[in-house]
Amino acid sequence: MTAVKAPARDRAQASGGIAAAVKGRLQQLLAFASLIVIYAFFSFASPFFFSYGNFTAILFSTVVIGTLAIGTTFVIIAGGIDLSIGTGMALCAVMSGVFLVKLGLPLWLGVPAAILFGGVMGLVNGINVALLKIPPFIATLAMMLVAEGLALVLSDSTPIYFNDVPGYTDISTGNLIPGVNFPNAVLVLLAIALIAGVLLTKSVLGRYTYSIGSNEEATSLSGIDVRKWKIAIYAFAGLFIGLAGVMISARLGSAQPATGMGYELQAIAAVVIGGTSLSGGKGSIVGTLIGALIISVLNNGLQIMSIPQEWQNVILGCVILVAVYTDRIRKKETT
Amino acid sequence: MTEPLLEVEGVDKSFPGVRALHDMRLELRSGEVLALVGENGAGKSTLMKLLSGIHTADTGRFRLGGEPFEAASPRHALELGISIIHQEFNLVPHLTVAQNVFIGREPRRGRLLLDERRLGADTAALLERLHLPLDPKAVVGELTVANQQMVEIAKALSYEPRVLIMDEPTAALNEAEVETLHELIRRFVRPGTGVIYISHRMEEIKRIADRVTVIRDGEYIDTLDMASASTPEIIALMVGRAIDTGAKPENVRPDRDVVLSVEGLSTKALLKDVSFDLREGEILGFAGLMGAGRTEVGRALVGADRLDGGTITLRGKRIRVANPAEAARHGIGYLSEDRKRFGLLLEQDVRANIALGALRDQFTSAGFVRDRAAREKAREYVGTLRIKTPSLEQTVKHLSGGNQQKVVIAKWLAKDCDVLVFDEPTRGIDVGAKEEIYQLLNELAAQGKSIIMISSELPEILRMSHRVVVMSEGRVTRVLDAAEAGQENIMHFATLRPDENPADAAELGIEVGKAGQP
Repeated sequence: MTAVKAPARDRAQASGGIAAAVKGRLQQLLAFASLIVIYAFFSFASPFFFSYGNFTAILFSTVVIGTLAIGTTFVIIAGGIDLSIGTGMALCAVMSGVFLVKLGLPLWLGVPAAILFGGVMGLVNGINVALLKIPPFIATLAMMLVAEGLALVLSDSTPIYFNDVPGYTDISTGNLIPGVNFPNAVLVLLAIALIAGVLLTKSVLGRYTYSIGSNEEATSLSGIDVRKWKIAIYAFAGLFIGLAGVMISARLGSAQPATGMGYELQAIAAVVIGGTSLSGGKGSIVGTLIGALIISVLNNGLQIMSIPQEWQNVILGCVILVAVYTDRIRKKETT
Repeated sequence: MTEPLLEVEGVDKSFPGVRALHDMRLELRSGEVLALVGENGAGKSTLMKLLSGIHTADTGRFRLGGEPFEAASPRHALELGISIIHQEFNLVPHLTVAQNVFIGREPRRGRLLLDERRLGADTAALLERLHLPLDPKAVVGELTVANQQMVEIAKALSYEPRVLIMDEPTAALNEAEVETLHELIRRFVRPGTGVIYISHRMEEIKRIADRVTVIRDGEYIDTLDMASASTPEIIALMVGRAIDTGAKPENVRPDRDVVLSVEGLSTKALLKDVSFDLREGEILGFAGLMGAGRTEVGRALVGADRLDGGTITLRGKRIRVANPAEAARHGIGYLSEDRKRFGLLLEQDVRANIALGALRDQFTSAGFVRDRAAREKAREYVGTLRIKTPSLEQTVKHLSGGNQQKVVIAKWLAKDCDVLVFDEPTRGIDVGAKEEIYQLLNELAAQGKSIIMISSELPEILRMSHRVVVMSEGRVTRVLDAAEAGQENIMHFATLRPDENPADAAELGIEVGKAGQP
């Protein structure tokens, strides 16, 4: 009798697992479906949209927002917010210029240094939030202003050009894969998405990111040093700010100290469209990536259809509302 | 005999899963102060919420001055002449005294403008009439708790009510302030008005009330004249339910080693010189009224709140516990009374919740989670603790209260904790599941785990505890052995107030002047 019963129970558990897995992925599936629909729409609406060249162009234009969004996904899942990623990116770009151009450090040293600088910014954010108990919105708003100012100060308010740094722009626009026109920047984005995805789902850091966002007090009472892990999360997310700074300056061939403002909201929009909850505890890297792609596809498609810039923002705003609203409805239905 | 001012008859009220009131009665005479007493959860607050229109009764009759009524909303109750002062203040801290008193009915100039001058004048007149030394322009958040209480009272009385209901009005007041409050009550009470005074404090009730009504488990028990009633008599009525004599604490043995020894624990907010020992394999019950400091002891033990003094010794070694992470490292786990807020990741699954605490010690290698190991462990506990869940991937939000509690227990067992602090282990858990939790606690104790069980339910304390620590107002007033613990003596020690009552202090052998000062 028991021998018959046991497998039946296991099967029930397994099917429950699949159902739960599907339910958990639903928002991502929805987001992915919308991405396909939008892509298909533009393909029919404009003869210039559907091409390999435009496809890689879209991917290429996703890199900076995508990098920022992936980092900030961790912060948002942990129940925080990071407003300093936009101007922070500009500061890290400037720092890259300082390291490589002004100090003349070699590429292999200057680029990691610029990325680490982002990590240090994140660390400061984390300390302000976790130890000094400053609300994340305020702490990172302050950092946003500090970074904006520092970027201008350190660059004397003029762009730093990387013309004399051989190989720097290749980080973004080069082709590592021989014979195919597939920019390195996209490879970088895919690689970090993979790494971040694995860390978020498989590492202790990722698990505590969800736990803290889900219920900070309960996590703390479970014997986990929440302050330490919050600092770690912000610092980790900061590395992505640094990387985004490198990627944008490599793409432009220059560090533009005044370009950061506004990127943070685009990145947060990507995270939200991807189904990550601003109240914390839920979200995924795949969702964020799709969210960032949706924004890129929209920008690209609307541009190709010669819809003015102003209207593109109107449409993007509406997309955010629709995305969050469908998420709400779905949640209501499942509970 | 004159007509009663307020009459309640045959009132029933149920909430999903709980019958809060059954055939409740109450009679408030004109010109009297009626004390209403009962244990935690006896139904006092529910009854008050019915009278003040926050909830509506399922059945029953209410009469005010002979007229039937049913309060449909708090506003309606106020219009009828019933004012209530809740235990939790309903004040807006950033507004002034005057703005708080007349909130929602501010005097206007024209239709849109507020008449601040009249507001101030009206409030000043009201405070004058009540002999309250308050400044109408003072910001409420900056007042002392006692003065905030006075603002509440001024607000309630500004409606010129016929019936004034006060729910634990003196919980935050010192002796002098209590006296001021009582003065106010005596001035308010005259023919045509009456006060319902809810309190746990027996000597206060004796001073202010004319009669006392006792309720228990949602039912009316009796009403006594204060002049002839004794405190033990009232307490006996409060707790006098038939106890299930079949179930007794198991494995009570005094000869075991002391595992945890607490000496002189104090916090700024409440605890004063709390000392006790916890033995191996023991279930140590913590009894006391609301606000006695039981939860605070639990939280202080695991470093969730700051300590101002005292030592904690674990197996002969003094330890310092600055936060729950350190407590967990020492094998001390705290299971909160509010599972949903402090115990669980509601949106996450059973496996994640069970593995949460022990994740880094047991279920990781090189910073990565070994999900298979975590799942194995979770599956093991789902089996041994008999957690009813369709799968390990079930979101804990959808489990019943009893099973949620078991998930929390599993989390701490997985973490290898052997000192477990259970705060209200069966709160919000239905009767059948309660019994299972009791069994589980007994099994854990039999395996050598040492358990502190904080509970507001006396039957639970008596059924489970090997020894009972009784607390009142932040102090341990007595530690009772299972054999000597009974409802009456626990209630007796739980209602002692050594700081205000010299007789109580003498009984406890406390020097008030010294110990009473923070």
